[in-house]
Amino acid sequence: MTTGSETQDMLQPAQSGPNIAQRRGREGKKVGEQILKVTDLTVQFPTEDGLVQAVNGLNYDLQMGQTLAIVGESGSGKSVSSMAVMGLHDTRRARIGGSIMLDGQEIVGASAQTIRRMRSATAAMIFQDPQSSLHPFLRVGWQIAEAYRAHHKVSKSVAMKRSVEMLDRVGIPNPARRAKQYPHEFSGGMRQRAMIALGLVNDPKLLIADEPTTALDVTVQAQILDLLNDLQDEFGSAIVLITHDLAVVAEVADEVLVMYAGRAVEHGTATEVLAQPRHPYTWGLLSSVPSISATGSSLRPVRGLPPSLLNLPTGCSFHPRCDFMERVPGGRCIKELPELIPPESQSDRVTRCHLAEPADIFRDEIAPSLDGSEGRSHE
Amino acid sequence: MSDQLGTQDSDRYREAAPVVHPDSDPDRKPMLVVKDLVKYFPVREYTGLFPTTLQIRAVDGVSFDVAPGETLGLVGESGCGKTTTGRLITRLLEPTAGSIQFQGREIGHLKERQLRSMRRDLQIIFQDPYGSLNPRYTVGNIIGTPLQVHNLLPKNKRKARVQELLELVGLNPEHINRYPNEFSGGQRQRIGIARALAVEPKLIIADEPVSALDVSIQAQVMNLLEKLRKELGLAFIFVAHDLGVVRHFCDRVAVMYLGKVVELGSRESIYGAPQHPYTQALLSAAPDLNVVRGAVPEERIRLVGDVPSPINPPSGCRFRTRCWKAQDICAQEEPALIPRNDSGELHTIACHFAEPKTSIVADAAEVTV
Repeated sequence: MTTGSETQDMLQPAQSGPNIAQRRGREGKKVGEQILKVTDLTVQFPTEDGLVQAVNGLNYDLQMGQTLAIVGESGSGKSVSSMAVMGLHDTRRARIGGSIMLDGQEIVGASAQTIRRMRSATAAMIFQDPQSSLHPFLRVGWQIAEAYRAHHKVSKSVAMKRSVEMLDRVGIPNPARRAKQYPHEFSGGMRQRAMIALGLVNDPKLLIADEPTTALDVTVQAQILDLLNDLQDEFGSAIVLITHDLAVVAEVADEVLVMYAGRAVEHGTATEVLAQPRHPYTWGLLSSVPSISATGSSLRPVRGLPPSLLNLPTGCSFHPRCDFMERVPGGRCIKELPELIPPESQSDRVTRCHLAEPADIFRDEIAPSLDGSEGRSHE
Repeated sequence: MSDQLGTQDSDRYREAAPVVHPDSDPDRKPMLVVKDLVKYFPVREYTGLFPTTLQIRAVDGVSFDVAPGETLGLVGESGCGKTTTGRLITRLLEPTAGSIQFQGREIGHLKERQLRSMRRDLQIIFQDPYGSLNPRYTVGNIIGTPLQVHNLLPKNKRKARVQELLELVGLNPEHINRYPNEFSGGQRQRIGIARALAVEPKLIIADEPVSALDVSIQAQVMNLLEKLRKELGLAFIFVAHDLGVVRHFCDRVAVMYLGKVVELGSRESIYGAPQHPYTQALLSAAPDLNVVRGAVPEERIRLVGDVPSPINPPSGCRFRTRCWKAQDICAQEEPALIPRNDSGELHTIACHFAEPKTSIVADAAEVTV
């Protein structure tokens, strides 16, 4: 799905879709224009035990029409950083530093009012668990209409009409009847569709999807991923997809940002990062996924456990779990935090590692043990 | 590819246990035989004047067997009855009908007291590493309790055995006096595994043992289970929804849909040449990491809609409401789970229109070559 031609298609200006797209107008934002720029973002939580450094110097930007996948395990800071983009952290509890420019508006330190105006209208978030993110006492249609009325001065009946239209758009059969039902009457996949309708009702330029398919079965997951893809083609919005599932990333993302212990360790296009990864942590993640399309592979997981965010290791945060530390002379991994640096001649591809020739190590030592890369070539 | 890998795999497992590859051996002697297993859960419905009792047909006529040292995967979407099947076999639930024979003994309706001796050989690992360990017990107590219940070791020898078990599952034996909250999810799952191993079972039901864990931890636990299987010659029934995990771990796979097994066969036949439309759809829906390495997946089969209600399942073939091959016969006659199209003695498919379809990857290889 992320082959060259597909990416090209995605970057083409979206076809002017059905009536919804035309009615609201895009305010001049075109596919390819920058919508989000995160610079040196830090998020810290002071606790009784000390300072939790959840996100540490994160940089990325995102253009309209693009899908960025943020990948990492629990505690890597992928959700926390995205919640910061939505202004969802309690500023009394979290210390947020750096800058988040969302559609030309600074989010860090913005007033609650500014953030409320921006939410749903500029950026919307859909959560992993649609069961607990929809209000159980309110009818699904009304929840969507309410979000629409928060940003548009329209009557209830107009908002309800819009709500039914959105439910129809996300592929819920019989939307007029469904709109009058409560969340518990929906199945898991339906609820996630309703969440997406709720997220898109104000036509946001940026959609943050936090593990949108983790709670769903594969056939439903495929439906939801297709839906997100279609909606993106139609509306040209940007998507941040937070996930731990590398196979999903391979199918839908344009760009991948791999996070470990609050820092970006690798960033590049999906094809580059997943086919020629340069960071030992990305190698570990790739060697941990049993393949659906090949048998007889062995899993070589990253050993040990992720570090405590209260007390990060010195130097490279990954060094206690890294198998390649000895290859770097002088114990630099323990002493010195590697910079995010581009490999020679590539500027938008960055890795945070001291290893001199990671591409060679991957090709000669890691890739042969991964599924498919060997097996297929023998056929 | 499947041939080449097939021989490799069966060699590997022959070392582990004296089991010949299931597809090629009709004389295998199963330790567990499940026949026409049925479990209905009654629910009261309060619409109308009088409440009516409806039956949720969670498991509705499931048959399979497991030989010593073999690993059977149960896959399917949520609500297909795979977990209920696992719980029926461990007799955490009593079946509504059908038989479960374990080591030649019918265990379907045994009393609690009689079950105890059976449970020495049949253990379960649960999905949720947080909910399945008593937070007020130390690890030593948790793992030691089965030894006490089954009277396996005198009290003074239990501690040494527990420490041995901790070491076996890759935990520090010195942590015997710690409480579950002091461990991470992956470590807790190891404690659950050690508890199951304490009584030296012959068959372990693993109910989604890795689905609650992070990717790298998941792979660590998978490797541990694999090591235990090889070293101890354990048989597993592996309940999971992750098709990659099942492919990695299981010799044989049973695909379930709405309380029925729709296809059952060796790993190679299920993944390499699935014949039931549901299996084909399920496999094609799963995202594949290999797309970035140049594999071009074939056109996806997209199922529409949701799984029908198990209270009132469709007549005939239960998959017909979402199946693109469905015809009149599918609504009238339920297809039997039998070998079709020279699929081999032990590859059974419950479909009137079963036809082989080469694997996604095999097709992709043709495209790339």
